Amino acid sequence: MGRGGGVSLVQSVDNVALLPAYLAAGTAVVVLLADLLVARAAATVAVAAVGAVATAVGAAVVGAGGERRTFCVGGDCSWLFNGRAALVAAVFALLTLGVLALSGPLLRAGRTPVGEYCFLLACAMTGGVVLGAAGDLITLIVALETLTLPLYVLVGLRRGSLASAEAAVTFFVVSVVATTLTLLGAALLYAVTGGLHLDRLGATLAERPELLDLPLTTVAVALVVLGLAFKVAAVPFHAWAPATYDGAPLPVAAYLSTASKLGGVVALLAVVQRALPATVTGPVLALLAVLTMTVGNLVALRQRRTVRLLAWSSVAQAGYILAPLGALALAAGRTADARAGAYAAAVAYAIFFVVLELAAFAAVVALRPADADGGTLDDLRGAARRHPWVGGAFALALIGLAGLPPGLAGLFAKVTVVRSLLDGHAGWLALVVAVNAVLGLAYYLRLAAGLWAAPDAAARPAGADRPAGARPATSVGLALAVATLVAVVVGFAPQLLLDLVAR
Amino acid sequence: MSVGQVLLVAVLAVPALGAVAVAAVPHDRAARLTGVVAAALTLLATVPLVGGDHGWFGYGPRPAVQPWHQLDLPWVPGLDLRFHLGVDGISWPLVVLTALLTLLCCGYTLWRVPDGGSGRALVALLLVVEVGILGTFLALDLVLFFVFFEVVLLPMYAIIAGWGGEDRRRAARKFVLYTLLGSVLLLVGVYVVVAAAGTADLVTLTGGAGLSRGTQLAAFALLALAFAVKSPLWPLHSWLPDAHTQAPTVGSVILAGVLLKMGTYGLIRVAVGVAPEGARWAAPVLGVLAVAAILVGSLVCLAQDELKRLIAYSSVGHMGFVLLGVATLTATGIEAALIGNIAHGVITGLLFFLAGAVKDRTHTGSLAELSGLRETAPRLAGLLGFAAVASLGLPGLAGFWGEAFAVVAAVRRGGGFWVTLAVLAALGGALTAAYFLRLLRQVTHGRPSPAVGRLAPGLAGAELTAWAPLVLLALAVGLAPALVLGYATGPVDALVGVLK
Repeated sequence: MGRGGGVSLVQSVDNVALLPAYLAAGTAVVVLLADLLVARAAATVAVAAVGAVATAVGAAVVGAGGERRTFCVGGDCSWLFNGRAALVAAVFALLTLGVLALSGPLLRAGRTPVGEYCFLLACAMTGGVVLGAAGDLITLIVALETLTLPLYVLVGLRRGSLASAEAAVTFFVVSVVATTLTLLGAALLYAVTGGLHLDRLGATLAERPELLDLPLTTVAVALVVLGLAFKVAAVPFHAWAPATYDGAPLPVAAYLSTASKLGGVVALLAVVQRALPATVTGPVLALLAVLTMTVGNLVALRQRRTVRLLAWSSVAQAGYILAPLGALALAAGRTADARAGAYAAAVAYAIFFVVLELAAFAAVVALRPADADGGTLDDLRGAARRHPWVGGAFALALIGLAGLPPGLAGLFAKVTVVRSLLDGHAGWLALVVAVNAVLGLAYYLRLAAGLWAAPDAAARPAGADRPAGARPATSVGLALAVATLVAVVVGFAPQLLLDLVAR
Repeated sequence: MSVGQVLLVAVLAVPALGAVAVAAVPHDRAARLTGVVAAALTLLATVPLVGGDHGWFGYGPRPAVQPWHQLDLPWVPGLDLRFHLGVDGISWPLVVLTALLTLLCCGYTLWRVPDGGSGRALVALLLVVEVGILGTFLALDLVLFFVFFEVVLLPMYAIIAGWGGEDRRRAARKFVLYTLLGSVLLLVGVYVVVAAAGTADLVTLTGGAGLSRGTQLAAFALLALAFAVKSPLWPLHSWLPDAHTQAPTVGSVILAGVLLKMGTYGLIRVAVGVAPEGARWAAPVLGVLAVAAILVGSLVCLAQDELKRLIAYSSVGHMGFVLLGVATLTATGIEAALIGNIAHGVITGLLFFLAGAVKDRTHTGSLAELSGLRETAPRLAGLLGFAAVASLGLPGLAGFWGEAFAVVAAVRRGGGFWVTLAVLAALGGALTAAYFLRLLRQVTHGRPSPAVGRLAPGLAGAELTAWAPLVLLALAVGLAPALVLGYATGPVDALVGVLK
């Protein structure tokens, strides 16, 4: 803290607040050392897993103790570790753990370097942990890049796969452009307001409404929001996602569609909630949400490849996540209560979503041969007849993503969004969400029903899925079971999650 | 917990646990038997619900909904969702009918499993559907009502897609997408009400609860659309004929017998109760659509040449009478709707059982290939005749009361508009008689067709066991409508009271 309110050159740093970030970064370093010194795949993976657990626990413990701030200049802090930051950090760490579990078969197949893989995952986790606590635009953007940068490499890690290399390049180029846009927006905002701290920006723009009339402000706000929309894969900035997901190794695709997307959402929420004026962002976000869910669902209807279908569906899901923020477009949605409700609903939906999405990807990994890509829908035909438990969990996850019982977690996720929209008097947007839910069911159901379809020997190439009787890898099965269990628990007791995000 | 509360929980918990038990028992026949036992226990639990505080005595202002028993527990406060169950004279007959039809269907499955999948999966799904339907009828919390409303969708989809006819996948998909559209409109409608009123409690909300006119109109429009898809009200009915034609016999019975009733029950309890001003505003539109449904349904039936499709379209007409009763917003009309609901459930359930039996035996449902049933299978033909006559509304059988009193209610409502509707509806009633008599002439009379000629005259014991309760109920409700209406008068008067 600065002494006596004046700006001091010596800052005291609150290391407890930073503990989760230390743990995450430490995990990356120790993984690298373990790979170098022990040089055994199992040890490396174990170190990464323990590190992820430690990060989650650390975040929970620090978060339970109330808000902590550090790196402050006057009243503006670059690091705010509060309840929501702790939740985000813990979710990132657990997602990393889950993806690590899904990677078992991939790493055992031997074509992927284990040490590098685990190191990059841990780096991405560090970015996610920092992201939730970021208090200024630069920390935010750097954290987001730390989250994404390792993924460029991870996407391209499938050696000898052209699709993988193409996916990595697409992802890299699009992502760099997006980051540049966001940075440019941040620079323009600094030019207009002289500040970079999120809360300072918000206060300045609220105190001096004449700033909002400057075209430069509008451009700056638009650039920041649109750049972050790339990361969420919101339409029309979504084109990279399906190709990238499909080309990436399955566990990495799972990470992209859960952790990476959550990162984009958290960043977008941070700037929209704290920094940018809702009068400008509201209409943009409403439009983005409508386009994203509608286009995502319509295109997903036509997909024939499993991962592409999941990718397009996750584009549509991003639309549902953004939808509560669209309520800010109307004056009635900008009251303090409605705003708080909208942000909480977006976070709640995002977390419901990542749990179900992780379960869906875990099931795909479990049903496909080791080191394979997602394959086509025909490859999974009748899979539930051969693997009833895995098939059942997959169907539950898909139905949850569609938002219907018995996938109660998904049902309550949709209910949360619709409720927050109607509290903000955005009934029209609630109707759009509702109609999109119908579109969504059409393709989720096709995939789910195909799992029980009578196997069509002629259409199904040999080796399309695991032979009957062969069990999926223990780690994958465990990840699937845990994700399903979490989905069932938050399905029956959604209040647990709603309480967490409201903190 | 009082006895009533234990019963309320049991009515939902027994079939739910039964479904789990059925899925867990490895042996197929033993599993089906478990399911039958669970369904029977559920029926046993629903009957004593009738005992309790009927509370229509005393003075002073009283809420419009006075459940005999209720259970109110918090579930998700963040979404205004409470686990609030209750039963009264409007819901109880439907609850018993649901439990009865599920038991009959499970029992029927014990004897015969349609092609397509294992019998125990079918029984488990039937029990899950039962949980959803019973929950919908028992819910006294709007959000809980919506949750149970949705629970029904996918198991019913699976029943049609798994055990249905040749074109089952398309029919099942059409069913689930169409009715999901209804459900999501319900979701939006529910939260329009909840956001404005700040509560989801149906007991508090019934009567408008101080909602503004604009809110009530919006809410009623959304809710009525949602229930119109489910009921189904013309022109939103097009999912129904396909679903019925392709569904296995037990699926059709549940679908026609009680699943459609979720729509009409919701219209009475939720849409009309929560947004009375909206109901008054939309009543003429509902009335016109209901009469259109009666006429269109009857005319389509006259031109139908497939047995199950004809019965399915007849449902459109019958539900038109129910909706006409509701649209009058009078006590007579709503009572007609309630008894019409029950009568349609009993009779159409029976008709679908019989149509299934005919199709299973002759392997065709085409009316052109069926004739002379009474020559080779006189008992089956006799039962079909009985069900058809009951369905066309012969006085003394269950179908009569709902149709007659819907027309009477419209006449009593007065004014040229409602009298015209009543006349047209009565005309539709005559057309109903025409197509059922045409059906009987084609199927039962004449020289036996090749498909019919091979039939053995006997009926299986399981079939008789499944049909007898329905035959008896059709007679009993026809002779003593008080069986259904005896308990409904109080709640209906209270509901009509808040409409004024």
